[in-house]
Amino acid sequence: MSISARIDIRKGISGRKRRWITATLILTLLISILSIVILMVGNTIYPIKTVVAVLSGETVKGATFAIGTLRLPRLLSGLMVGMAFGFAGSTFQTILRNPLASPDIIGVSAGSSVAAIFCILVLNLSGLVVSFVSVIFGLLVSATIYRLSQGGQFSGGRLILIGIGVQAMLNSVISYMLLKANQYDVPGAMRWLSGSLNTMSMNDIPRLATVVVVFGSITILLGKLLQMLELGEQSAISLGVRTDLTRILLIGSAVVLTAFATAVSGPIAFVAFLSGPIAKRIVGSGKSHALPSALVGALLVLVADFIGQFALGIKLPVGVITGILGAPYLILLLIRMNRTGGAA
Amino acid sequence: MKSSRFTGIIFISIVGLGLCILLSLTLGARVIPLNETIEAIFSNQRTTVNQVVVFERIPRTIFGMIAGMALGVSGALMQAITRNPIADPSILGVNTGASLAVVIGIAFFSIGSLNAFIWFAIGGAAVTALAVYTIGSIGPGGPTPIKLALAGAATSAALSSLVSAIMLPRTEVMNLFRFWQVGSISGATWEGISTVLPFLIIGLGVSFALAPALDILALGEELASGLGVKTNTIRVIGATGGVLLTGATTAIAGPIGFVGLMVPHIVRLAVGSSLKRVLPLSAIGGATLLLGADVIGRVLGRPSELEAGIITAFIGAPILIMIARKAKVKML
Repeated sequence: MSISARIDIRKGISGRKRRWITATLILTLLISILSIVILMVGNTIYPIKTVVAVLSGETVKGATFAIGTLRLPRLLSGLMVGMAFGFAGSTFQTILRNPLASPDIIGVSAGSSVAAIFCILVLNLSGLVVSFVSVIFGLLVSATIYRLSQGGQFSGGRLILIGIGVQAMLNSVISYMLLKANQYDVPGAMRWLSGSLNTMSMNDIPRLATVVVVFGSITILLGKLLQMLELGEQSAISLGVRTDLTRILLIGSAVVLTAFATAVSGPIAFVAFLSGPIAKRIVGSGKSHALPSALVGALLVLVADFIGQFALGIKLPVGVITGILGAPYLILLLIRMNRTGGAA
Repeated sequence: MKSSRFTGIIFISIVGLGLCILLSLTLGARVIPLNETIEAIFSNQRTTVNQVVVFERIPRTIFGMIAGMALGVSGALMQAITRNPIADPSILGVNTGASLAVVIGIAFFSIGSLNAFIWFAIGGAAVTALAVYTIGSIGPGGPTPIKLALAGAATSAALSSLVSAIMLPRTEVMNLFRFWQVGSISGATWEGISTVLPFLIIGLGVSFALAPALDILALGEELASGLGVKTNTIRVIGATGGVLLTGATTAIAGPIGFVGLMVPHIVRLAVGSSLKRVLPLSAIGGATLLLGADVIGRVLGRPSELEAGIITAFIGAPILIMIARKAKVKML
């Protein structure tokens, strides 16, 4: 290789790195600005000064309740949940090499939803127990899907198809529970099922944050391995990456993230699915897009929740907004993918 | 295959269907002895409680039969048209399309009559089927199972958030709709049967009339057009028939999944892939399966019941998984 070619490659690498850093910084900046706006705007609009005062612990009449008890938990949980879905989505999409293979389409979210709905409607539980049960059940469901799709060569396509089948079963269980539930519990359960940040309190935040930080870091740290996986099964083996173990660890943490976030907010439609492709678009290929996906996820949830609360005449849960915003993009992506033969 | 064997299989499946009909009349929250059931039907008396119960179960049984036929035939038809082993209304998102149309109808056009339900459901089913098929067949390789399934799952996810958006602010719609969201034949009435019957008869007629042409289509696009079959016309008419069958059934029973997926598969194992044989057997098989699922649901869920749609999902999803496991990686 000539020296000039080597310099060109190096330039390419540093260019990509710069693009990654810029993109990440811009995303963080956008999230910060949006967060401040969310804390300021509501039924009463408070100036920045009041927001800062409340955040630094001063008691301001009215504002302390509105900002500290209502808006802050909502903002933080939206942030965490969005990041969790973003991480999980990008992991699934990278491993299965299919942008459509996000946890909300192949049945992982449905697994957690079944457990959570069961806890809420039948056992009348709430809080940590619900999260715990749905994490376990989400893991079980994913393990089942993974086991069933083995045999012979691993095929992402087979896994997706099996996931869709499992999801159909789980959905019928959810509908059944809704059908048999007390009429007064149904609106609450439905709202949860479409993904909502309505019932958040400060108590949910610490454990959600712990999960996002711990499993998010695992996802980022394994990001390098993930990139090698992206080169394809055969080349990864020759690069010395233990593909199966990496895959299981990554999917495992993605499932924990999905299940935990789902237990808190309900399955917010399409966030996991949309974050990866958008992040990839911004960052470009070649760099791991786990962190950018998480940031995009957070941004999506916050924007959608803001729209759902204030932009329309009626208040709609965040999941409905992401669902409606995501649908056209989804169709577009499907068409583009099919045209290039990506899905087959 | 010898036609004597085919006749034998038809005979056996009719016996099986007869058995399910009897079970459907006798079993449930209240078990009625077989001889009493038969006596009640032939004497046409409604004096004892048991006799009244038997007559209550007749419309449900008849509806289960025709709905099962419709679903079985539409599954076989869709699989033949798309030349795709997993084509089924529930997987292609057609059910969700019908649901969305009905919810829109309830919320914005305040529809309440069965007839309106049916038209909305058929419209929604048709639009969704067309959209999903178009999206799934773009690109090289045409509509492969995995592309269609993903297009269906994705579309159905998108449509269900629209359903939530319309439904959440309206509690009364939510209550009406949740009873419709789980497929069940328990709500069947004579009125319902007579309303859907014309649609189903047209749909079944179209399907059976198309069978020979579709068999030629199975030989391959080029060969079929060489033999003078208008492939696109056949596809469009066939799809219309399939949508009529699914849409009309869904309007009354709600989304019942997997009947159309399983039955043709089992039937093809028994009699091969000629539609002239697959269609009639799928009709009988679909009826047997749906009635059977309904009976199982009634027995398991006593004193209440488990909806037939839940039972079919639990029998059908494993079969989908089996198909996916058996399929070669290339085929997906």
